[in-house]
This record gives sequence, structure tokens and C-alpha cells, in this order.
Amino acid sequence: MHIPDGYLSPSTCAVLYGASAPFWYIALQRVKRILTTRLVPLLSVMAALCFVIMMFNLPLPGGTTGHAVGVAIAAIILGPWASIIAISIALSIQAVFFGDGGITTLGANCFNMAIVGSLVAYAVYRLAAGKTALTSSRRVVAAALAGYAAINASAFCAAVEFGIQPLFFQDPSGAPLYAPYPVSIAIPAMMIGHLTFAGLAELVLSAGVVAYFQRTNPTLLRLTAPGNVAGEEEIAGADNQSMWRTVRPLWIGLALLLVLTPLGILAAGTAWGEWSARDYSNLHAREQMAMASRNTAPPVQPPRELERLSSLWTAPFPQYAPTFVRRPAVGYALSAMFGSGTIILVSLIAGSLAGCARGKRHELS
Amino acid sequence: MNFLERTLAGFLNAVEHALDAEDLAKANGLLQCLDPRVKVIGILILVIAAATAHKLWVIGAVFAFALLLAASSRVSPLLLGRRVWIPALIFTGIIAFPAPFVIPGRVVWRLPGLGWPLTAQGLMSAGYLVTRVETAATLSVLLILSTPWTRVLKALRVLRVPVVLVVILGMAYRYIFLLLESARDMLESRRSRMVGKLNGPDNRRLAAASVGVLMSKTLQLSGDVYSAMLARGFRGEVYMLDDFQTAALDWIMLVLIAALAAAAFYYGR
Repeated sequence: MHIPDGYLSPSTCAVLYGASAPFWYIALQRVKRILTTRLVPLLSVMAALCFVIMMFNLPLPGGTTGHAVGVAIAAIILGPWASIIAISIALSIQAVFFGDGGITTLGANCFNMAIVGSLVAYAVYRLAAGKTALTSSRRVVAAALAGYAAINASAFCAAVEFGIQPLFFQDPSGAPLYAPYPVSIAIPAMMIGHLTFAGLAELVLSAGVVAYFQRTNPTLLRLTAPGNVAGEEEIAGADNQSMWRTVRPLWIGLALLLVLTPLGILAAGTAWGEWSARDYSNLHAREQMAMASRNTAPPVQPPRELERLSSLWTAPFPQYAPTFVRRPAVGYALSAMFGSGTIILVSLIAGSLAGCARGKRHELS
Repeated sequence: MNFLERTLAGFLNAVEHALDAEDLAKANGLLQCLDPRVKVIGILILVIAAATAHKLWVIGAVFAFALLLAASSRVSPLLLGRRVWIPALIFTGIIAFPAPFVIPGRVVWRLPGLGWPLTAQGLMSAGYLVTRVETAATLSVLLILSTPWTRVLKALRVLRVPVVLVVILGMAYRYIFLLLESARDMLESRRSRMVGKLNGPDNRRLAAASVGVLMSKTLQLSGDVYSAMLARGFRGEVYMLDDFQTAALDWIMLVLIAALAAAAFYYGR
């Protein structure tokens, strides 16, 4: 991935230096605005860290090992702009001091790995992680995807840069002057290696480090999770989530019952024991009472206490039939909605009051 | 060799490279006597000359000049071979090897048995790639082997690199070795406590945890460094003392390199 001198023509190198320059400028301005005087020490040690991460030999599935660039992890922890600068500085030291990557091709390497890599990693991570909690396992998957996508996007850029060389730069005999293979060979040759081993190394590193921070210090993941909460708030958020998960089936059941409310209209007769004092003097009602009671005739007079107590409270919607609604079916549905709505409202108010009381107790403790 | 040993070997190699550079930068040779600004500009011009040349013999001539510079600066061919030529030849050789068979052109030979055609254009293309890579890598490493890193960074100011970037590059280089030592201690201590072999997933967990610990330490370190800088009066502005002085030899070498590069540009068209 580190393109050495001689693989790209000087004009390609100049174009890629030019393409990288605005990103470096914007990144420096943005980071400077946030870090102010902390800029120099933080970026210095982070660039040093990126360099050291690039030296780690990662064990891959299948028994092999591979190097990662660490671009996704830098973008997740530092944000894309600081990552662009930190990785660019690490690449510069690698190129100038350790001869890993060229001097003329430094702009291309920074463009591919630091700029494209950081931006792709950040975008994929944010997209895949969504607004999940910092400790959510989805963030580990998102980091893995970000690392894999970033390194493959960088490799693709490098492959295109290699592939266009023989198109534009040949000697009079037709021999390619720089990277000799056309796009049709350069892209598969680069991508096969990166879709397998190099991509896997970045995937393993990104996912592993995010999982590690989730266990030890999740606050480090906050920068690229705007709107997320951490610490005790996060735990409270997690509690809320788990509570919602518990009560969700109940809410679904309730909604289903509300939808089935009109079935009550089809029910014939009166429920056993739910008779009113007036039913005892109604001939049709008496027949139903006798049928529901194994042909035992009900008393001629309603029980005295039933008569007395039934006059204590008059329901606003007696017999589920509000007086202002003419059609009984509409009245029945309206009563069901009113009843359910009142219960839900009272439950929510009670829940809210209980939550407030719990919060106050927590503050006092 | 497992990943711990490979990583530790990589760390050791980086430190060895830095020590070699430090030792050679103190030697009494031609390049060591030159002003770092002259070296930075001169080497950059030569690398660009090698990159732009369209003729193999011109790239070869620049490479020969690099060898002369190495010999006059007490940089042994053995060290160059070990540090530059062999690794570059292996890496680029693998990439360039199929070129003579893949690049279409005038067939000069056929592989016995298989009958694959070897083309003149393919051979030339592989030649361009290998010689360019070897020449540029030799020149780059000569700059580092003959100049302390801090002076190389100061010399970058002549190319209008912003002071803040030069300072960050300098500090980053210093902390690379501190972090390498920290990482090495961490991996060594883990290795010394290991009985038997770790399986694949455990190895991966160990590598990720090591990077995670190193990252946490680094963030803490940046805070400590910042506090120390504030304590010493740092207010966010960086200054750099420019103590370079050019001598007659510097101007002679600069003119010589410029003339050679101009000739390479002219004949290499």
C-alpha cells in the first residue's frame, strides 16, 4: 500500500499532492479550532502512535499475520480530520526516515490512506453504528466494516493510480515508464490482496480495539458518537432500553386488543352475574338470566342491596352506549377508545411521577 | 514465529535503523559536512530527475552518482544492501517480474516448455521500475544516514513547510521511540508470562488489547506533555532557531547537483 518512488509519474504525484493539500489545510484548521494550544502535543503523540500501530503484526484467521494501517481506529477515536493529520505525519516519517513509501509519492500515499481512508472509515462507522449505545455490539461490527471498507477504498485508489500510468506514460518504443500494468490488471491484483489479508488485518484491529474500549473506557468512543450518552446516563439509557424491550410485547398485545374491540358488538346476551336491577323486571332479560343459570328462574324482585347500591353511581357511558351517540356500534367503539385512552394516560402519568421520585432519591443519595 | 515475535522483531529493526542513522550522521564524510538545506534540496532534485528520466542509462547515471555520494560519506555498500537494495529489489522484483510476459510488444524470447513470450517493452518497463525504485530509495536513505533527523526537519523550512508541522514531526519522531519501548515492554512481559501457545482468537484479542492499552497510554501521555509544555511557558506559538550557515563546499555541491540534475532532465527526455 505504501507506494515507493518510481511507481507513479511526477505529474501524477504533483496532482495527488495538489488534491491532498486542501484536505490537509481544512483538517489543520478544524483541529486547530478544537484543540487550540493542545494541537501540537496531541497530534505529535497520536502520529507516533499511528506509526507504532502500523508496525504491529496482527494474527489473522488461517494462521498468517498482516500489518494494518490503523486508519479506522484513528478516525473512530480522533475523528476524521485529526486522523487525516496524524496518519499523514506517520506516513511522512515512514517515508522520509524509514524509507517505507516514497518522497515523491508521499502525496499519493497520504491521499489514499490518510484522506480517503479516514473519510471512508468515518462515514461507514457512523452509518453502521447509528445511534446505538457506546457499548453496543453493533459498534464493534461497525468498526470492523469501517476498517475493511477504508483499507479497500485506499487500495482501490492506489490501484487506479497504478493502472492509469501505462495509459499516459510510455517511452517511444511503447514500454510503460512507471507502474507497468493497466487498470484491468492493477485493480484485481491490488484488490485480491486487500479484500482478503490486508482488509482482514484492518478489520481485526478496528473491531478488537473498539471492543476493548467498550470494556475498559467507552468514553473514548464518544467523539464519533454525537448525541450519544456515556457513564451513568448511558447505563440509565440502557435500562430504559431493556425496560422498553420487556414491556414491548404488552404494548403490542394492548394494541391488538384495541383493534379487536368491535368484536364485543357481536357478543350475544349479558355476561353472567353482570345484571342490573332493571333486568329483573325485563322479560327478555329474565329469560337470558334463566338460560345462563341452567334454567333456574331469577327472583321476581331484584336483591335489595343491589337496587340500593346501583343508584349510588351513574356511569357517563352506561352499557357502553353514550347517550349522545345514536348508533350502538359507534358508541361501543367510542367507549372502548375512551376507556383504553384513560387507562394509558393514567399509567403514563403514574410512571412519570414515579420516575421523578426515583430521580430525586438518586440525587439525594 | 508468532505475531509477538514478529512484532518485536519489527520494533527492534526500527530502533536499529535509527541507531545506524545516528552513528553515521556523526561520521566525517562529504554529505555529513554539507548544510542540511543543501542536502534536502539536492536530494529532492536528484529524486525528481530520476523519476522524470525516460532513459535507463540516465537513471543509471543518477544511481552511480548516489553510489559516489555514499562512498564519500562512509556509508558502506553492505549497509545499503541490507537496508535498501535487497528489500527494494524483493518488493519491486515481485511486482516487476510478470511485466516482461504481460506487456505486449516485440517478442525477444520464449520461455522454454511453456512458450510464453518475453517482450522487449516488458523488459524495459521492469528495468525502469526497478532502477527508479533503487535510485530514489538510495538517495532518500543517504539523506537520513548523513543528517540527524532534527536537522532534516529544520531544513524542511526551506521548502516552506509550516513551522507547526515541523515541530509536530519532530515531537512525533521522539515519541515513536518512547511508544516503541512501551509496546516492546508490554509484549515482552506478556511473552514472559505465557506457557504454551495462544490460539488464533486469543492472539487477536491480545493484539487488539495491546493496541488499545497503548492508545490509552498515548492519550494520557499527550495530556502530560501538554501540562509540561504549559509549565515551561508554552502559549500555543512555536518558534524555531535557524542556526544553519552555508560554506563554499555547500555552494559547490549544490551547483554540481543542479548541473547533474539539469543534464539528467535534458538527456532523459
